[in-house]
Amino acid sequence: MLMHLPVLIILAPLLGAPLAALMRGSNWPWLLATLICWFSLLCSILLLMQVNSQGEVIYIMGGWEAPWGIEYRLDFANALLLVLITGLASVVLPYARLSVEQEVGEERSPLFYAALLLLILGLCGITATGDAFNVFVFLEVSSLATYTLIAMGRDRRALTASFTYLIMGTIGATFYLIGVGFLYVMTGTLNMADLAERLPAISDSSTVRTAFAFIVTGICLKLALFPLHLWLPNAYTYSPSAVTAFLAATATKVAVYVLIRFVFTIFGVDFSFGMEPLAEVLIPLSVIGILSASTVSVTQPNIKRMLAYSSVAQIGYIVLGLAMGTAMGLTAALLHMFNHGLMKGALFMVMGAVAYRMGGTEIYDMKGLAKTMPLTFWAFVLGGLSLIGVPLTVGFVSKWHLILAALELGWWPIVIVILAGSMLAVLYIGRVIEAGFFGQPADTTRREAPMGMLVPLWILVIANIWFGIDTRLTVDIAVAAAAQLMAGGVAL
Amino acid sequence: MSGLGVWNYVIIIFLMMIGLYMVMSCSSLVKKLIGLNVFQTSVFFLYISFGYVDGGAGPLLIEGVTLYSNPLPHVLILTAIVVGVATTAVGLALSIRIKESFGTIEEDDLHKMDSSI
Repeated sequence: MLMHLPVLIILAPLLGAPLAALMRGSNWPWLLATLICWFSLLCSILLLMQVNSQGEVIYIMGGWEAPWGIEYRLDFANALLLVLITGLASVVLPYARLSVEQEVGEERSPLFYAALLLLILGLCGITATGDAFNVFVFLEVSSLATYTLIAMGRDRRALTASFTYLIMGTIGATFYLIGVGFLYVMTGTLNMADLAERLPAISDSSTVRTAFAFIVTGICLKLALFPLHLWLPNAYTYSPSAVTAFLAATATKVAVYVLIRFVFTIFGVDFSFGMEPLAEVLIPLSVIGILSASTVSVTQPNIKRMLAYSSVAQIGYIVLGLAMGTAMGLTAALLHMFNHGLMKGALFMVMGAVAYRMGGTEIYDMKGLAKTMPLTFWAFVLGGLSLIGVPLTVGFVSKWHLILAALELGWWPIVIVILAGSMLAVLYIGRVIEAGFFGQPADTTRREAPMGMLVPLWILVIANIWFGIDTRLTVDIAVAAAAQLMAGGVAL
Repeated sequence: MSGLGVWNYVIIIFLMMIGLYMVMSCSSLVKKLIGLNVFQTSVFFLYISFGYVDGGAGPLLIEGVTLYSNPLPHVLILTAIVVGVATTAVGLALSIRIKESFGTIEEDDLHKMDSSI
């Protein structure tokens, strides 16, 4: 059983999805999906412990040895991400029941949960696999599920948002496919560890350089790096609340992980930063992304859209960290990947609760929230403080490490950009808190969100504080993961 | 490779550009999907060309045949074709739903109705 953990994480949602689709009503598929997510979370925590004791876990799929068959290879970086994905799924699903009943309807609920399970399956697959083509297949599994889930939003604009994402996502995935094809032609292998071994000898060829360009561009489309983020704001704004909370917390992070895997493990630091101008391209883009997306958030009347633009800015921080090409920068990127999942998950879940009670997520729906929905409002305040990066929250931990990484390189302007981004976050979070405190609600009766939504929401908020105070677990794992990745990743 | 030379790659690049141009310039959502399909198909051709060995036979154990084409890219592309079909299906289903709720699938008109695209 313990030997088969990597494949169990994939198999459980894969078998659960068709079962959920066959069920009727909304409670049974919900229960099934929730149990499967809890099971996956258990598996991924056990896996992380295994990685901690062995350094690396390798699973050979179907008994076919690695260069011919597909292997799953887990180290600190992807084991940590698996815990984030399954953990958030385990929190979002209990929360989803009421919200989905209202927003999607009982009739379509079984299909909704089936698609959500497929999305979780795809994300876990991308993270666990050690095969470059397998990444493409899981990428498309998760993307197709995402398009369906976004289109289930109440607003008709969810359909056009989903269509735009379908076009851009497919182009991104196809770019990735072209890049992988070039690598296969040059090396004759699709296994990531094998690729990493064979590439340095031929890294000076233009085919490998072209492959690198195609793969990085394709993945940047999926992770919504400025200026390839145009699909993201609409997709996050109009999809059902539970979907937004889960997508914002995990989907872009998985794409960041693929980028990290390719840049650091497969191509190697020497190639990515020495021979290719990766830092020169990614750093300006992420800086512009942080500043412009944060500025745009300040003026958004719809809070879900405001948080979506803020997500683009936060992706900028993560890419900035990894584009530094140092162990410190990579540590900061991995930390922010995990921490941003926690805070954005919590904030979008607050918006789901507001939408459930107030029927909308515009700023005037938030007016006087401190009186009408105090517990939900305080969850927003704490999540917002975490997003700004106030000490004792997770946001502070990762921004602190990012600033340390920039100082190590002596990049003062970057430090100023990070601080400016935080100031803009104070502005856009501040105006919502102001509306919540001082705004006059049209109807002053107290109507707190139901317990089924509040409990998962507060679990996530407490995680924001917990990992902000007790940083041992996350920082230690991020440091170990960064060391493994910088060493070329193939820790044999 | 000499059997086909570089011509198949020239054609692949040509198809790729046609596909991308259609995705960007066409206003109709269905035409965008057709462009996306042309783009994806060009990548399938690319992989199939990679696997072709000049004079190679199909990868079957037949007596007297020693030179085989590489079957792996072809198998990969079978998977990619399935993915492409699924994407097209979802895209067309979305177009139908957009037509039902907006009454049009022209991007310009959609843009005017809701500034969301």
